[in-house]
Amino acid sequence: MSEELLRLEHLSIDYKVKGGYLSAVNDVNLSVNRGEILAVVGESGCGKSTIAHSIMNLLPGGNEVVTGKIIFKGKDLRTCTRREMEAIRGKDIGMIFQNPLDSLNPVYKTGKQVEEAILLDGIDRLQAWNKVLDLYRDVKMPDAEVRANSFPHELSGGMRQRVMIAMMLSRNPELLIADEPTTALDVTIEAQILEIIKDLKKTYDTAIMLITHNFGLVAEVADKIAVMYAGEVIEYGDVFEIFEKPLHPYTKLLMQALPRRTKKEGRLQTIDGNVPKFMDKKPCCRFANRCPFATERCSVEFPGETIVSGEHMVRCFLHETEGKEAAV
Amino acid sequence: MSAPMIEMRGVEKYFRVSRGLFRSSNEQVKAVDHITLSVEEGEIVGLVGESGSGKTTLARVLLSLTKMTGGEAIIDGVNLGHASKADMDRLHREIAVVFQDPASNLNPRETVESSIMRPMIIHGVPRSKAKEKAKEVLEMVKMDLQYLDSFPHQLSGGQLQRIAIARALALSPKIMILDEPTSALDVSVQAQILNLLLDLQEQLHLTYIIITHDLNVIKYISDKIAVMYLGRLVEFGPADVVGNTPAHPYTKGLMDAAPILDPRDRGKEKEIMKGDPGSLINLQAGCRFYARCRYATPECKEKDPDDLILAPGHQVACVHPLDINRA
Repeated sequence: MSEELLRLEHLSIDYKVKGGYLSAVNDVNLSVNRGEILAVVGESGCGKSTIAHSIMNLLPGGNEVVTGKIIFKGKDLRTCTRREMEAIRGKDIGMIFQNPLDSLNPVYKTGKQVEEAILLDGIDRLQAWNKVLDLYRDVKMPDAEVRANSFPHELSGGMRQRVMIAMMLSRNPELLIADEPTTALDVTIEAQILEIIKDLKKTYDTAIMLITHNFGLVAEVADKIAVMYAGEVIEYGDVFEIFEKPLHPYTKLLMQALPRRTKKEGRLQTIDGNVPKFMDKKPCCRFANRCPFATERCSVEFPGETIVSGEHMVRCFLHETEGKEAAV
Repeated sequence: MSAPMIEMRGVEKYFRVSRGLFRSSNEQVKAVDHITLSVEEGEIVGLVGESGSGKTTLARVLLSLTKMTGGEAIIDGVNLGHASKADMDRLHREIAVVFQDPASNLNPRETVESSIMRPMIIHGVPRSKAKEKAKEVLEMVKMDLQYLDSFPHQLSGGQLQRIAIARALALSPKIMILDEPTSALDVSVQAQILNLLLDLQEQLHLTYIIITHDLNVIKYISDKIAVMYLGRLVEFGPADVVGNTPAHPYTKGLMDAAPILDPRDRGKEKEIMKGDPGSLINLQAGCRFYARCRYATPECKEKDPDDLILAPGHQVACVHPLDINRA
């Protein structure tokens, strides 16, 4: 069994808004092991990025209420001081975002920006610069030396994301959080970046938390998958198992909504209705209003986590009797 | 057989590169270069390619939002190059467009009703009639009439895209150009919009040109697929042929790059294309895909390949098309 690196325990995040608290994340339990890719998937607004930002303690601050534990290597990150957190960011947990242009400084050469990260570890300049070039080659940047001396605007989208990956790699973090890393890129470039991510896992044994709405990425690289809906993880398990035998009605419908075949084989499955906003924590299944199998119980009781087999977890009354209550 | 709905013969759109305010140069960007294809009435054509391949420029030419610099395009019997004003007016009513981000192309200060009515008012439809039609098209996109008085900010992304489609239907078009119609939407909403588009197409016998970079969507919805690379149409043919046994090495690379939608497909052999699409400025002679092509020969460097007809309705611009039987 591989070593557990990160564990979220009963993590809930509420935002204070006019008229109460908006529940963005509710009772999330997840763990990421070394050398494993966990994909957190869900549609927009389901709270996946909020979780990613909360791990790094990057939430806007001021109007959110966080409860629960974020345990990284046995230590609760929520109890860390600001200085301790600064030491962890980048060094222990790296992060790459959707739009690399927002993350790069337009007035410095990209190589210098990567070097800056390396210098934090107290390495001398010449060595650092050589390491930059090595990293550029690691991420398969064409003409590494030329690109290291280029400004961000001179690079293509794919190259910019490579710079971000090189920067993240420079400090060799144990956990990487990738928030929609390929959404802004063309499919051909996306395929190249995915290759790099797969290599990373293999060469450095990095644990990766991949936040995405794209089931293609999940099918391509993930080991484990956590499906989120309206702030809750409603199903979790091995990627092969979930794609083959999804249990939660939402996961099932979503899988059938993917355009896998051609129109000759019929229309796509759709999910009627909208995601409601959850202002108060009324006990209920959050998918109840759109679920074709919903019963009265679903709108008055909060479904617990049921372990169906091995690690496969589902939060739905339909499967309650099939497994045992999760012991978290 | 009737004449095709859209026929393009060697359509070109070159832009002159500016080198500052008072200096012109002879450099040209061949955004759309020598495109020949024809689309039959009632067909759904998927137009794919990486960013900068000229998909949107080609769509703008069809919409006569930009003038082509060479070639000939005939849409529903009207030759874009020399058409009378009356013909062009008719064409503007017959071709509708739906853009990617519905939130940014609906006026935030206009109600849904007046947004849908606007194209009709511009084309001289009397107000009372336009009001009736607005209700009709809203029902066609399966939205409740209560939304007529809503403002864009009160609607979700999927609803906004439905409104944009309703507005496009207002003038009873024959052709619809859809530029990334589902890119901004979530999977479940994407499925709703794709189903809606297919329903409308069956009811009204519309011709669609769908531009997208989502290859799974294209394979699902299209009858024919057109693949563009750096301004050239490199392959055009029936969706199952182009999607599954492509003849152009670029199409093969593109299709292999499409994300799989099932982890059990992970083991499948894939050819991942190296490098970036490159730039349209200062194109070298020869095939534009030369630098990235694994099958390139010296011949490819010499000559920009002509369109080769492999089978009726299947054309490819490649000197050495992949053997279809081999794939």
